[in-house]
Amino acid sequence: MEIAQLLLGGISVGCVYGLVALGFVLIYKATESVNFAQGDLMMLGAFVTLQFANTAYWGMPFWLGMLMAVIVMAVIGYLMEALVIRRLFGQPQFAVVILTIAIGFVLRFIAGFIWGHEPLTLETPFTGKNMTIGGLAVSLDEIFIIATTIVLTLVLYLFFARTKLGVAMQASSQNQLAAYYMGVPVKRIHGLVWALSGGISTIAGVLFAARGSIDPNLGLLGIKAFAAAVIGGFGSLPGALAGGLIVGIVEPFAGRYIAAGYSQIMPYAIMLLVLVLRPNGLFAQVQSKKV
Amino acid sequence: MRIHQKTSYDDDLNLFKDRYQAFWYLALIVGAVLLPFVIDSYYIGEVVLVLIWAIAGMGLMILAGHTGQASLGHAAFLACGAYMEAWLNNKGVSFLISFPLAGLFAGVVGAVIAIPALRMSGIYLAIATLAMGIVAEDVIVLAEPFTGGVSGTFVGAINLPGLEIDRYANPSAFYWLCLFVTILVAFAYANLLRSSTGRAFVAIRDSEVSAKAMGISIARFKTLAFFLSCFVTGLAGALMGHFLGAFNYEAFLITVSIQMLLMIVVGGMGSIHGAFFGAMVVGFLPQIITLIRQQVSTNAVAGLDTGIFAAILVAIIILEPRGLYGQWMKTRIWFELFPLARRDMFRRHKSYLKTERLK
Amino acid sequence: MSLFVAENLSKSFGGVHAVDGVSFEVHKGEVFTIVGPNGAGKSTIFNLISRFYDVSTGRMLLDGEDITHIRPDEVIGHGIARTFQNIELFEHSTVLANLLVGRHSRRSANFLKNLFFLPSVRAEERAHRHAVEEVIDFLDLQAYRDKMIAGLPYGVRKVVEIGRALACGPQLLLLDEPASGLSVEETQDVAYWIEDMQKDMGLTILMVEHDMSLVAQVSNRVLALADGKPIAIGTPAEVQSDPRVIEAYLGMEDAA
Repeated sequence: MEIAQLLLGGISVGCVYGLVALGFVLIYKATESVNFAQGDLMMLGAFVTLQFANTAYWGMPFWLGMLMAVIVMAVIGYLMEALVIRRLFGQPQFAVVILTIAIGFVLRFIAGFIWGHEPLTLETPFTGKNMTIGGLAVSLDEIFIIATTIVLTLVLYLFFARTKLGVAMQASSQNQLAAYYMGVPVKRIHGLVWALSGGISTIAGVLFAARGSIDPNLGLLGIKAFAAAVIGGFGSLPGALAGGLIVGIVEPFAGRYIAAGYSQIMPYAIMLLVLVLRPNGLFAQVQSKKV
Repeated sequence: MRIHQKTSYDDDLNLFKDRYQAFWYLALIVGAVLLPFVIDSYYIGEVVLVLIWAIAGMGLMILAGHTGQASLGHAAFLACGAYMEAWLNNKGVSFLISFPLAGLFAGVVGAVIAIPALRMSGIYLAIATLAMGIVAEDVIVLAEPFTGGVSGTFVGAINLPGLEIDRYANPSAFYWLCLFVTILVAFAYANLLRSSTGRAFVAIRDSEVSAKAMGISIARFKTLAFFLSCFVTGLAGALMGHFLGAFNYEAFLITVSIQMLLMIVVGGMGSIHGAFFGAMVVGFLPQIITLIRQQVSTNAVAGLDTGIFAAILVAIIILEPRGLYGQWMKTRIWFELFPLARRDMFRRHKSYLKTERLK
Repeated sequence: MSLFVAENLSKSFGGVHAVDGVSFEVHKGEVFTIVGPNGAGKSTIFNLISRFYDVSTGRMLLDGEDITHIRPDEVIGHGIARTFQNIELFEHSTVLANLLVGRHSRRSANFLKNLFFLPSVRAEERAHRHAVEEVIDFLDLQAYRDKMIAGLPYGVRKVVEIGRALACGPQLLLLDEPASGLSVEETQDVAYWIEDMQKDMGLTILMVEHDMSLVAQVSNRVLALADGKPIAIGTPAEVQSDPRVIEAYLGMEDAA
């Protein structure tokens, strides 16, 4: 029963990691830039939701507040790409890495400036509500997290498989120049991918906030999501979710069965192992250059 | 505009392009040596910090700027140097021995880490070093007998034969020591760049395929780059330890690693000058911000330094990818050519993304 | 007297035979050209010699020494230098620095000596520079000596590629499509340089090239490949008139 309990907790945290990782992978696949500010986007998304929904702020109903936050964050994501990232178009990947790290710092500063550095709690309809299913203590937020992740995954799957925009995004990720020649508006697509990624990370932020408090340094969690993305292959959307779940599940088990100090290290240890054994991720996209 | 006529191959081999340039660098060094007689000891402390960051920056620059291997976990090697120096110092080992050993320890750890890192490139290497930096934080805490765990460790005065240097008792002596190390490292770095080793590093950065075809052993030179980079960073760590006096793992958090990388990007990737420019920004910016803020209001704003630093960084990456050093060069050329400089002289070419999924 | 011998060389990528049982000998001092339609396996042969790819079966000999399994960075030490079809220069270095990298295999100072730039390092650097200047003079690159590669036109880069390969003083030079993308005048320059390299420097040249007028002008012997298999070998005129070669090229056109 203890195992089931740990597993449930792990899965719900893993969903959050998985969604943030999904945000990374989405951007990486479509634009080949790696967004080190993904964790900070998640943090900002959580705070924006809090701004809309908490009674101490604007006090909207939770679901409406969350919807508004997703929209606002999608716009922020789009603008980030259109105003900043796009200016590095054609520059080496490394420049974008540094740029997004810096943007992450700026976002953290802005969040700290507006909402302060003290931990805040997002008011959700399920905070603190528990029930027992067959001897297993299940909190409502865990169900909310898992259900939302499943729904979001389905929506994304349908989007990429069935809609014209989704297919265009996939095309531009395969080969930008070719996609451009085929009439795909590559730049606009990039903006939309960032918007989508901003929206997803907001949902991830809300899911995370449903479990506890948030503060501006929450974005550092993004590094763990990185581990998830790498374990999952860094180019595969289902892989990112799977990686997130692996990290989420491993953490509590390592803390319980090895030693408390090791739960922090385990995700990175697994990731390093994956990188050493498969230097380009489990589902490699890097190939040897043809000369 | 000065026109320099090259008359021998040595003109390209010398450190300075002509006497005029040599004079200015010499003047800079003399000025730096005389600095403690001009400004008070609080500011000397700040300058020492800039020098230490410059050494650390040069260390990272070898790897990231010249060999093209971005490391997001370099604070770990700073820690290697600091803890090794503290441990040896507390055992009464002379600084003349402990200091190189501290660097060597960091260098060897770096070379060992290079072995798995050899197989990675680009973004994967960045993420792996990031993870390594985070794991290092925990390792420092777990290695309690050596590091003092969470509570950290103390390091005594620097003991040289016939001389004890304590940061607070004789700040000028500590400053001169740091200055000496800085100049030595910069000199060795410049020598490296004008010889075959430096060319091999740059070759690996720009094209591994043709570096291989030119007979450069990628494994050997990447490992060497890791070793030298971590060695120098370890030296900076040892000095950092003496500067802090007492420290724990919090001095070497992952954010320090990230800041180090941002520092050399601000300064200018791929140049020794860049490390110095970056260190000056990191060292002096908080002072300047504090001064300005005191004029405006009295209450402190948490994280303002980092926020402004990051905003400057965003602006620099977008406007001037070669960092402050690049801007410095352009300004100089503009003056040298005055009034012949054209507006589009430094215009960058726009291009479609070149995929880096190939290596 | 053969300098380079390929014996029954094969390379397959997951079932596809890119090179299938190719044997040839390059005699000392000749210009030997490999021609063939796209996908015939020409570049693969170069990458096998450079050891970027491992040979599936067969072996390669240089001066009678087996070089089938040496490391890629040891190839140049055996006196084999190469150029790349899609220019692989060090973009953010000057032409001079690029050519000096070509001298890498001839260095003797280790990094410790370099760190202190000992007098012996300076003497060595002077010698390298002298060797590189001879290449610069030979290829007329004086005007570009201190220019960054990133700002150079395509034609010049192509020449710098040849220069970098020459700088290491090879005995066998591999030229991977030296004239592709060049104008008629530039191609003519390349033809003269190849003749000079062969006659004045005594180099042996193994070349892959599509431009048949260049091939006919400079080559002593030509090997034609199709689908990874050798179909004809002989003088340029013999190969060009060989019915199998004509068929291989026309067959390609039919397919296209």
